[in-house]
Amino acid sequence: MNSSPRGPSLLRFAAPQNFYPLAGRMAPWFAAIAVVLTLAGLWLAFFVAPVDATQGNVYRVIFIHVPAAWMSMFIYLVMAFWSAVGLIMNTRLSFVMSQALAPTGAMFCFVALLTGALWGRPTWGAYWVWDARLTSQLLLLFLYFGFIALTRAIEDPRRGDRAGAIIALVGAVNVPVIYFSVKWWNTLHQGASVSLTKAPSMATTMLVGMLVMAFASWAYTLAVTLWRVRPMILERERHTEWVGAVLDREGARS
Amino acid sequence: MLRTFFAVLRRDLLLAWRGRADVMVTLAFFVIVVCLFPFGVGAEPNLLRAIAPGVLWVAALLACLLSLHRLFAQDYADGTLEQLLLSSEPAVLWVLAKVLAFWLTTGLPVVAVAPGLALLLDLEQGALPVLVLSLALGTPILALLGAVGAALTLGVRGGGMLLALLILPLFVPVLIFGAGAVEAEASGTGAVAHLLLLGGGLAGALALAPLACAASLRISTE
Repeated sequence: MNSSPRGPSLLRFAAPQNFYPLAGRMAPWFAAIAVVLTLAGLWLAFFVAPVDATQGNVYRVIFIHVPAAWMSMFIYLVMAFWSAVGLIMNTRLSFVMSQALAPTGAMFCFVALLTGALWGRPTWGAYWVWDARLTSQLLLLFLYFGFIALTRAIEDPRRGDRAGAIIALVGAVNVPVIYFSVKWWNTLHQGASVSLTKAPSMATTMLVGMLVMAFASWAYTLAVTLWRVRPMILERERHTEWVGAVLDREGARS
Repeated sequence: MLRTFFAVLRRDLLLAWRGRADVMVTLAFFVIVVCLFPFGVGAEPNLLRAIAPGVLWVAALLACLLSLHRLFAQDYADGTLEQLLLSSEPAVLWVLAKVLAFWLTTGLPVVAVAPGLALLLDLEQGALPVLVLSLALGTPILALLGAVGAALTLGVRGGGMLLALLILPLFVPVLIFGAGAVEAEASGTGAVAHLLLLGGGLAGALALAPLACAASLRISTE
């Protein structure tokens, strides 16, 4: 274990004692970016974006709903990615990353469901319909719960890491199903409003507001995850000298 | 290699035969759950006919879930599992044999009694073959996916509830296409598409689930 940086390689941050201070330095920055972008995005969403021609003001929920839905699916894929990296390369930090991401993913999943329900009531006339996309999003929430419950129920961290990684990979099969559910089953939920291949079907300010909110969610996720990773690293590395040094330093400061 | 497969299959079937009561409990559970519905929703024949595919499928799924924890628990407790993992035989092979034995002792009886129960719910007579076929294709998928969950939760506190939480979201697609097939047949639109999807799901699960299950068993016993 060598705490001095070995060359310019980014891979040295795979070592917990290098990643711990890095995470501590980056988290406040991402938090600040998240706050700024959220304020900008909400300002665009509520004051700049025009009233929708068909839906009136109700549509404004998409500024939270769509980024949350994107994040909930994306975070699960990132979790599956870190799980695969952990299983293949046996890097313990990647398991910590996927476990630190899970609560945020579950939160975004819940937010997407909740805002969708609040929007559905005035628009569709029901808080909930058993439509393909809603149902698969609900299943995604259960997958998050299953992952969190499994990793927390197993006391041996090594076993918990690997068991969680397997269930994350098995569950990742569901994410493309959610994403394509609108295309495969032509049900009540509307199709994607943003596409990379064709011109946007909404006003520019709406699109910009939504993208700003999406980037705000990214920054928030990064900040919270990095913040959550730190105590997890300390707990797992508590037998090492560098953790002792960190605790002495931080204990002396407070 | 095939000798290992058949040896494990024979042993598990023999063990299941010696402990017949366990198998009968699963079957009785299936029958009772189905019979609860007429009490719960009322015995109106049109209503029962409409919900029959879903009821039969949900009951089959729950019966499978209820017996899944038995799949590896005893071998884990008496050390057989560790011996199997230490042996030079490929784990995928004997995992597959164990899952097959599990399906033969819990899935197949459910498939066999389902048509009788369907008559109790007044399901369209013409849909009975599709019901049997959809269960015959679907319950092995449940067993294969469930085996991964059972392997991951071996010896974990609250393992039974955890297994349900982990595995039920993964069971839902099977439920949708399985019950959908019966419903489509009963309403006259034809069940071929649903059955093909179930068949595809079974092929995929046969290829991937034993790998994930073998890896999970290694993790749980290390």
